[in-house]
Order: sequence, then structure tokens, then C-alpha cells
Amino acid sequence: MDLQIFWFCLIAFLWAGYFLLEGFDFGVGMLLPFVPRDERERGVMFETIGPLWDGNEVWLVVAGAATFAAFPAWYATMFSGFYLALVLVLFFLIIRVVSFEWREKSESPVWREIWMWANTVGSFGAALIWGIGLSSLLYGLPIDSDGDFTGNLLDLFRPYTVAAGVAVVLLFAFHGATFLTLRTAGDLSERAAAAARRLAIPAAAVGALAVAWTVAVAIDRNDKNLFPSILPAVLGIAALVLAAYFVFARRSRAAFTATALGTVLLVATLFTSLYPRVMVSSTDFTNSLTIDGASSSHYALAVMTVVALIMAPIVLLYQGWTYYVFRHRLGGDEHRADPVELVARKTGA
Amino acid sequence: MAPCQAERSTVMVVVSTAVDLARVQFAMTSLYHFLFVPLTLGLAPLVAVMQTLWYRSGDEAWLRLTRFFGTLLLINFAIGVATGLVQEFQFGMNWSVYSEYVGDVFGAPLAIEGLAAFFLEATFLGLWIFGWNRLSRGVHLATIWLVALGTWLSALFIMVANSWMQRPVGSTVTDDRAELTSVWELLTNRFAIWAIAHVILVGLTTAAMVIFGVSCWHLLRRRNMDLFRRAAKLALIVAVPVSAVNLWLGSHLGIVVTDYQPMKIASTEAQWDTCQPCAFSLFQIGGFSTDDQTPSFDIEIPRVLSFLATGSFSGAVQGMNPLQSDYEQRYGPGNYVPPVRTTYWSMRIMAYVGTLIFLVAALGAFLYWRGRLDRTRWFLWLGVLSIPLPWVSALAGWVLTEVGRQPWIVFGLLKTADANSPSVSAWTIGLSIGVLATLYVALAVVDFVLMRRYATTDPPELAGEGGEEALPAAGY
Repeated sequence: MDLQIFWFCLIAFLWAGYFLLEGFDFGVGMLLPFVPRDERERGVMFETIGPLWDGNEVWLVVAGAATFAAFPAWYATMFSGFYLALVLVLFFLIIRVVSFEWREKSESPVWREIWMWANTVGSFGAALIWGIGLSSLLYGLPIDSDGDFTGNLLDLFRPYTVAAGVAVVLLFAFHGATFLTLRTAGDLSERAAAAARRLAIPAAAVGALAVAWTVAVAIDRNDKNLFPSILPAVLGIAALVLAAYFVFARRSRAAFTATALGTVLLVATLFTSLYPRVMVSSTDFTNSLTIDGASSSHYALAVMTVVALIMAPIVLLYQGWTYYVFRHRLGGDEHRADPVELVARKTGA
Repeated sequence: MAPCQAERSTVMVVVSTAVDLARVQFAMTSLYHFLFVPLTLGLAPLVAVMQTLWYRSGDEAWLRLTRFFGTLLLINFAIGVATGLVQEFQFGMNWSVYSEYVGDVFGAPLAIEGLAAFFLEATFLGLWIFGWNRLSRGVHLATIWLVALGTWLSALFIMVANSWMQRPVGSTVTDDRAELTSVWELLTNRFAIWAIAHVILVGLTTAAMVIFGVSCWHLLRRRNMDLFRRAAKLALIVAVPVSAVNLWLGSHLGIVVTDYQPMKIASTEAQWDTCQPCAFSLFQIGGFSTDDQTPSFDIEIPRVLSFLATGSFSGAVQGMNPLQSDYEQRYGPGNYVPPVRTTYWSMRIMAYVGTLIFLVAALGAFLYWRGRLDRTRWFLWLGVLSIPLPWVSALAGWVLTEVGRQPWIVFGLLKTADANSPSVSAWTIGLSIGVLATLYVALAVVDFVLMRRYATTDPPELAGEGGEEALPAAGY
């Protein structure tokens, strides 16, 4: 297979993985002010993603680095073009990253409130901007014949891209709610399920709209046919409808699977619609960056392909194992314990 | 002619402002990021050692120390991850010409770093933090070692990438961009091998000095004496040899630099004319610019520069003046002299403070060996006050490495002034500097407060199950 296509697919895979995994982390973050009843439940919510979020975020880091390595011109134009949007993303991601470790370092209610909101705002903001940013790649941005971005921040905001951003936010919140329903027990799980029911219709509707709109934009602005983008789009819409159905049918396992599929298929629809371009130019369609034009040399791609083919399965294996280790529901009688606490509990200290 | 020239100079000013602001942002974010990196690099393996000692002996003192220093590791790690994101993004944001030019070569180690190192450290750190009661002791111990491995691999690939900027090997330039031709040459870059070792030892020194300083503070308070005497001993066992070896390693790196970047060495030594043998300038006033090449005052040691730069006491060191004309012939007109004052002093701060670290550690080891460590209060205070020293030395080292490479961003291939993003205006960069600087200051304050609080509280108690043994008897 052509290595450029392999790396385009791998980058799409990394974004899909990021959306699938960090998607529910962001969702849990967005639900923090609404679902838990007290500080203990908030702690449980943090714990559902505590061991996982950092590994999930690496999917983004690797997606970025893979773009840099495999398609330097894409990386250069996208990251310099999205400048202020990325400053915002960095701001949101940074306050969110530190919130995990720092929140629990003090008992003060104000302190905990601050870092809970940092997590919520960070999750919401990053999700919104990633949705807007990625859909802008397809919708088109002002790019001149040198492949340089010539617009400003406002060029990212178009009805379609904003709809995609809102769809990503709603989907992540929905995905987070189905995740939380599965990962918690008792009352908290009940309330997470209720949140999922409240989010199901708007998330599925706006999500389906964004997916369908993506196919239309691909035909209208990226010289694509209905096929093949329609395939992941139809499957994606079906997954979202099913997710809503399963949530109301109270089948939490199936609901989570369906929101996961819906998230992945949204990314799949976008990248299928983008191929063989990586950034569409709204200045002049012929200025668009393509896989061929933006890629690294064959040798560099071959070297990285070997590394990726060895490392990716290993990573998937141990990340999968992590999910297995932390599969237990939280928030019932059991709560986070370590040897220090365990010993203390045993002796009644 | 005149208006045309004026217009041109205005354009030049605007452009150079954008480049300069991009430089400021890179310096700010990179140095800030490197406040957290070395501690993680060193503390992860040292916490792993503590946990191993607990695992093998069952002695709960080591468990308490593992938890105590593990908390410091985690507070530090979080902010290292957060600021690391900025590092990855800003190549494309501020340096799009550079990114497009080097992606084929420079991108590969970054992508491999993500796949091989970041996943490892992030995933297993989650397992380590939350796995205490879910994993068997042996598996749980393995997770912290894998975290340590991840941090070291990460340093390895980053130094491979940076070393290629210092000495581009394994690549060729076609169609105005660099292309990878040999990944083996890239990985075995002589520059990279020495730089990797240097950075990892910097990490171990930093963590050892932090553990030592924190232990000194607790010994001063005369609480948990048994615990912190052990921690201090472990720290000294690491700090003394590692800081000594690193002084040698760093000076050997100087010889490597002489081979590939003679201008960096000439500038670091404020050596304008070629000399043989060359004296090392310990301290000088003036002599830092083309108009003022002779210092008005200096203290020199004969022949030492020859030794540091070439490994021989009679070696020749090329001066900046002949190198400048040499480079003009090779690369065209331009100024190829880096900021001399900055390189001169950053090298001396790095080396002098590095030596000071070794002396503090060596004296600490002597006092420990004579059993006088916890009674020598002035020295315990010195240990506490020495905590910032590794950072001062390491940051000065980075300033030397990066500023000394100027005007090049990739030595001999691409100049920094030609490498920034044409589409990003100065005010945009200024705005992002404002946002990031505000955020960074706030994070630094919180981080410092948290680190101080957790470094100065008592380690977690282990009640029951032999816990009494773990508690130091009063007046031990």
C-alpha cells in the first residue's frame, strides 16, 4: 500500500482514538458541575477517568507528531493557520491537565471548586475548538499558492464548522454520560443515566446533522462524490440513533458502544470526505494541500511505518490492559484506597 | 531611492519583530518546560529505587519514602505534561517554515517519542497512581519502572531531534527541504549520544539534590530522622558520582561541539582570534563584541581552554574572526557570531554551579560518612538552599546550547531568522506570549506552593502491621 495513504489513515485513526477515548474524559469533565450531588461523588467522577486521561491525551500528542513527521507541510500550515485557536486549546488543555493532580491536594472547598471548573471549562473549550478546527480543514480556509494560511481566527467560524463544534461538544457530553453510567454504581450511575437520557436527543440530532452536513460540504467544496463518504456517515447516524434508543431502553453497555461508534464514525466521515486533500483552500481550490504534496519522503515514511507497526500493537495491548485493570464500577461502598489507607482502615485508625 | 529604502527598513522591522517575539516565546516556553523535565527524569527512577527497596526488604520506611517523594513526582509531572503540549504545538505555530523544512527528519524522532515513550509513561503512571490495591506488588513495582523508562526514552528521542539541529547528519537537502537518508546515522549522531547522557545525568542530579535538600530540611526539624537519613544517603550515593561524571561529560561535550560548531566554542570563550595554546578565562569584563574584542579585565588559567576544547593542553582553538570570514565564504554574507556575552556567561554559570553542586554533595557524603550530617546544622541549611542549583545550571546549559547555535536554527542549513511563520503577525505572537506567560506564572506559583507544602509535611504514617517499626522512635 502507498505509504502516504497509510499515514493519512493512521493520523485519522489517531484522531478517532483521541475522540473515542478523550471524548468520554471530556464528557465526564463537562458533566462535573451537574451530575454529582456532593464532593464525594465528584471525587468518584474524577476517579473514573483518573488513571486513563493521560494515556488518552497521548493520542492527540501522537496525532500531532505524526502529522509533523509524515506531512510537514500540512502540520506547518495547519498549526500556524490555527494559531490563536491553538493558543486557546492549549489554555484549555493546560488548566484541565493540572486540575487532575492539583484538585485533590487541598481540602478547601473553594480550591476544589476552582479545579473542578478548570476541568469542566477546559473539556468544553477544547472539544469545541477541535470540532471547529478539524471541520475547517474540509470546509476550506484562505490558503495561498505557497501553501501559507492568509486568513485570521474568524475564518474558522462558519455555520458548518460551528455546527460541527457544537456536535462534538454534545457528543462528548453524551459519550461521557454513557461511560459514567457504566463505570459507576448505585445512585451516581442512576443520575449519569438520567443525564444520558437528557443528552440523547440533542446529541444524536446535532451529531447526525453535522455528519450529513460533512458529506454535503465534501461534495460542494472538496470535489467529492456521495460515495464513499456516505458509508461512514450513514453508519455514524445509525450509531447515534441507536445510542439514543439504547439509553432510553436502559441498556447501558450497548449505549456506550453506540456512542463510541458514533464518535469514531464522525471522525471517519470527516477524513473520508477530506481525502485526498488534507486542507482545502477557499482562496483557490488548486491551492489545497494534498497528501502527495504535503508528505515526507518515502524513506522517512518507511522508517516510521516500521516503528508504528511494531509499537502501535504494543501500545494498544497495554492501554487495553489498563482498561481491564480499572474495569470495576466505582462509587458504591468501595472507594479509592491505597496501602496507607488500607492498613489504617484495617486497624480502625 | 531614499523612500524605497525607508519602506524596506520598515518591513524589516516588522519581520524581525515577529521573529524576535517567536524567539522570546520559544525561549520562555522551553526554559519553563525544562523546569519540570529534569526533576521528572531523575525522580521517576529514584522513586522506583525506593519502591524496589521496600519491595525487596519489606521495610516500610521505604514505602513511606516512596509515597512521600512520589507525591512530589506527580505534582511536578502534571505541569510537565501540560507544558509539553505547548512544546509540540509551537514548532508549527511559530516556526512553520522550519517545520516544513525539517519535518521529514526532525518529525520522525518526535513521532517515535510519542509512540514509544509518551504512551508508556502516561499509561503506566496512571496504573502506578491508582494501582496500589489493584495490582500485585511486583506488577505495581514494574509500572513505576516503566514510567521511568518512558521518561528516559522521551529524553533520548528529544535529544536526537535537538542534536540533529546542532549537527545535521543522516539527511540531505533536496528541493529546499531536508530529507532523512539514514535513521541509523540520525540515532548514532555523536552529538546526540553525549547530549543524551548529559541530560539524563542532569535529571538524576536534580532529583538527588531535591531529595537531599528536602531530607536536610526534615533533619533540621529533627522529625522522622530515620526516614530522611536514609533518603539523604540514597540521594548522596546518586549525587556525588553522577554530578562528578556529569562535569566530565559536559566538558567532553565541549570537545564534540568544537568539532562541529567551532563558532559556538569560540563565542563561549569570547575568543576572537585563533590561539594555541589557549588560556581559559575564568572571569572577564568587556571583550564581548566586535567593537570591543579585548577585555579590560580578566582572570585566566593557561592552557586550560585548549584542554577543554580539544582534549589536549596544546590544542588550537579557532577564533571568531577567522571563522566569520570562513563562514561568509561558505554560507554567504551575514553575521555568524552568536551573542558572545550570553554564551560566555551561560557556560560559566552552568559549569561553576555544576561544580558547586558536586562540592555540596561531596561534603554531604563526607559528613554522612563521619556520622555528623544531622548535627551539622549549617550544612543542612546549605543542603536546603542548594535545591535550586541544578536548575540554574541546567537552564544555563540550554541557553548555551541554543543561543550558541545562532544564527542557525539548523546548523549550516537554515537560519532562525528565515524559519518563522510568515502568516503569523507580531501582535498575534505577542498576544499568545501574554496568555501563556500569565498562565505559566499562575501555574508556577501554585506548583511552588504545593511542592513546598508536600515537601515539608510529614510522610504518610503506616499504622499497624509492623507500622511501629516504621515510625522513628522519639529521640532516635
